[in-house]
Order: sequence, then structure tokens, then C-alpha cells
Amino acid sequence: MNDQLYQDRIVALAKAKTGAGKLSAPTRSARRDNPLCGDRVTIDVRLDGDGRIAEIAQQVRGCLLCQASASALASVAVGRDRAGVEAVRHDAEKAIGRADGQPEEPFAAFAPVKAHKARHECVLLPIEALQDALS
Amino acid sequence: MSFDVAAVRRQFPILSQIIGGKPVHYLDNGASAQTPDVVLDAVRVYETTERANVLRGVHRLAERATEAYENARVEVATFLGVDPLEVVFTGGCTAAINLVAYSYGSLLKPGDRILLSELEHHSNIVPWQLLRSRSGIELDMVPVTVEGRIDLEAMAKLLTPRTRLVSLAHISNVTGALVDVRHVVELAKAVGAKVMLDGAQRAPHGPLDLPALGIDFYAFAGHKAYGPNGVGVLWARPELLEAMPPFHGGGSMIGRVTFAETTFAPPPRRFEAGTPPIGPAIGLGAACKWMRGLDWADAHAHEMALVQRLMDGLQRIDGTQIFGPASLQNRYPVVSFLLDGVHPHDVAQTLDSFGVSVRAGHHCAQPLMDRFDLDGTTRVSMAPYNDNTDIDALLTGVEHAARTLR
Repeated sequence: MNDQLYQDRIVALAKAKTGAGKLSAPTRSARRDNPLCGDRVTIDVRLDGDGRIAEIAQQVRGCLLCQASASALASVAVGRDRAGVEAVRHDAEKAIGRADGQPEEPFAAFAPVKAHKARHECVLLPIEALQDALS
Repeated sequence: MSFDVAAVRRQFPILSQIIGGKPVHYLDNGASAQTPDVVLDAVRVYETTERANVLRGVHRLAERATEAYENARVEVATFLGVDPLEVVFTGGCTAAINLVAYSYGSLLKPGDRILLSELEHHSNIVPWQLLRSRSGIELDMVPVTVEGRIDLEAMAKLLTPRTRLVSLAHISNVTGALVDVRHVVELAKAVGAKVMLDGAQRAPHGPLDLPALGIDFYAFAGHKAYGPNGVGVLWARPELLEAMPPFHGGGSMIGRVTFAETTFAPPPRRFEAGTPPIGPAIGLGAACKWMRGLDWADAHAHEMALVQRLMDGLQRIDGTQIFGPASLQNRYPVVSFLLDGVHPHDVAQTLDSFGVSVRAGHHCAQPLMDRFDLDGTTRVSMAPYNDNTDIDALLTGVEHAARTLR
């Protein structure tokens, strides 16, 4: 059952809408589209002098999984640089079974997505948008 | 109504499957329909008793294969109400439209115009954009009404003496709206434009009489019309096919080849370069024959009764909105809807857990989604083998999504 996919933790992450919105003066921004489903994520970041994320905002036009992922990402992004974001991506990939190992929170919540390959990109899209913004 | 849906369902083996403890409620026919035993049998007969290449061989299997392939062309032609020599087998509906865009398109001149609509599938937009890049033609776009129908008043204003072709979906793959072909043809002919219909969503709902429609080109896909994948059909008026240069070059489509010059075979072979999709074409012939065997007055009434049941059920669920014509007139059984606060992909994923297969997203019609500022819709597309249990399972799933995901 997909009830197992839409578990309470994922729904709660989506509803939390952490970082939802825009920054008034972002240092960097990036937008990512998933051409297959039309989901769209926009990420704004303000960087400190060391290239670390001081502030982040995310806008999602997409499904609940994409919203939950963007919200989870925003909750752990502050203080991270590019390598730190790569570590978050690795966590997400572990959660959905694309990499070996136990994922850390909050991305551990996405383990039920593992069985739904068509939805993996929903989880990765916000992280890819943030990586674009930092690149 | 005398339509025996149980008898139709028995002919489709996939519908009796149980997956994960759930029956198959297949409501994604607009993407790909299921296939009856008679089609599977026809392909199996070809693969096990007739398999060989067509046209070239003199041995008995080649002769059997050629006969079966050409008989399939006759079946398709009968289904469309046209002459078999006007029927071109292609790799699909997209391939058929690309054939016209390339081949008929090569006869157009810079400044000539092609008129499309805002509700077209990407496969009736992108081939024309590619032609525009190659040849300097111009594209015009007819807007749609709030009901998701092509705005014919606006269309009349967009036609010009330079409009060479009007290419429209016979039925919208998003809203189910049937275009008013008579009106379109009348307007197009007044400026001397040809008319092409993308019949991908119409062909699965019964035989056609293309000459009576007054159009010039028609395309449809085998796999949406209960046939195999990998085959589609282009029909065009014979004088147009005769005037059109080849699309692909290769074997079977030639008259005589020398390194100095090649002459081309007459249609339809001119447009069937290389080995065609023989088995799929034979299967499609069987599918067309199967469709001709149904009573479509009853089948259509049955399909539209399902649409009504669906619309009534959705309206009872708080926060649903049907996107497309509210009336059952001039529409076919494709229904898109929105569930407030729940993304269409999440609706579709939830429905899957109830055994219900639907499509969610932009349906390869992004300009239409942009027009209505939508992320996408959830689309229910029906066939004669669908029944009330399919609709009721879907409604249960939508209620569940409404309760748990917002």
C-alpha cells in the first residue's frame, strides 16, 4: 500500500514547510524542473563570507514528496558549504536505496520511497536545485 | 442499454489479474489501452507461422507475411473508411505527425503558416517547431475556452491566406473535448488550408469515416487503440501522399537506386522505408477488426455513463474540481480533475494503492497547463471494458487521498 509511502513523518515534513518562500536579497538562486512530471523547485540562499549557507528559502511547485524533501533540506542547510550539501544528498540517496548505508535524519524519513523508483527524483530535485545554486 | 461489459472484459486477459491483492482498475487508457486476446492471437500466429520479412522474399513464409501485413492495411483502411493505398504504417502517432511535418512540411515556403491549438499534445507542437527552425514557416496558436475547448471564434481570426495547415487534436488528451471538425474544416477551407487531426484519443472509440470529415491528414497510435506498441497510422488524401517526398530513405521505398539517382515507390511504400513493424501492424489490423465488431452506440453510451458516475462521485468529495467540459455532449471519456491541496502525483500514487491506474501530471500538454496555471491534473481515461467497480474504486481512493494528504 502507498499508505506506507505517505507515512506520517513525510506528510509532517511537507506540512512543516520549513524555509518556504523567497529571500529578499539572495546571494545565489537556482531553479530545477523535472521534465517528466513538471515539478519545479526554486532555491534562494544567502552565503556568509566562507561560502556557507547563512539563510535558505525554497519554493516548490510539485508533489508532497518534493515538498517534504525541500522542507527537510531547508531544516539542515544552514551552516553547510558545498561539501556539506553533498553529504545531505548522500543521505537522501541512502534513504531511497541509491547508496549504501544508514541515512541520517531528517532524510531517513524517505526510506519508504525506496520501492517507488518513479518517485526518487521527487526527493532529489530540491537538493539538485541547491547544488545548482552553490555551483 | 444492452452493452455487455463483462463479455468485453473477458476478452482482455490483463484485467483479470490480481496485483498485490487488488484487482486491476485500469483507467489510464489515454496513455496506452489494453489488448484483447484476438490481437495477441493475431501477433502470435504471425510470429509462429508466418514470420518473415515482407515484400522482398519469394519463399512461402515471406508470401504469408506480406499477405498478413497487407491484410492488416485493409483492416485499418476499412476502420477509417478509406482506401488501403492511402494508409501508411508508421512507428506510432508521433512518427506519423513527424512524417507529415517533415515531408508535407518540405513543400512549404518561408512565411507559410501552420495553425495549432493551445491544448495540443507535445507531439503535435514540437514537430512543427522543428519545421519552423528548418524552413522559416510561422506557427499560430488557437487559444482554448475556460471549458478546455478550442476557441473557434478565435480560430477564425487567426486564419490567414498564408495558413497552409491546421493541425488539431481530434479529442483533447487532457479534457476529453471533441473538436467541432465540420466547423474547423469549413474555416480552414475558406482560406485554402489543409486540415490534419491527431486522432490518438479518438481512434480507440470506434470506426471513423475520414472522407466524410473533409480533412486531409489523420494520425493515430496502435497501442492506444488496443493494438501492439511500435505501430501507428498516417492517412492522407492520395493526391497529398503522391505530392509528398519521402521522409526516411532505405529499402522498400524505392523504385530504382543508382548512385546517380534514386526513384521512389508510390505511396504508401514510399513512406515505409526499411522493414516495417510487421507483427505490430498485423496486431493493429486485428484491433481495428475487433473495434468494428463492437456496437459503438452502446459502447459509447456505456463509456459516457461511466463519465457521469465519475463526475457525480467527484463532486461529492470536498475540494475536487473537474477540468474540462461539464457537459457530456461532444466529449469522450477522458476526465481530468484537481483535488484541492493534494498534488496530482500524490493522488495518482494513492490511487495505485487501491489498484487504480491513472495518469497524473502535465499529460504532455504543458502549454495547456500554463494557460490555466496548473501543475498538472489527475486524468481518468476510459475504454469500453471499464465498469462501475473501476470508477467506485477510484472514488474511494480519491476520498482517502483527501482525508490523509491535506
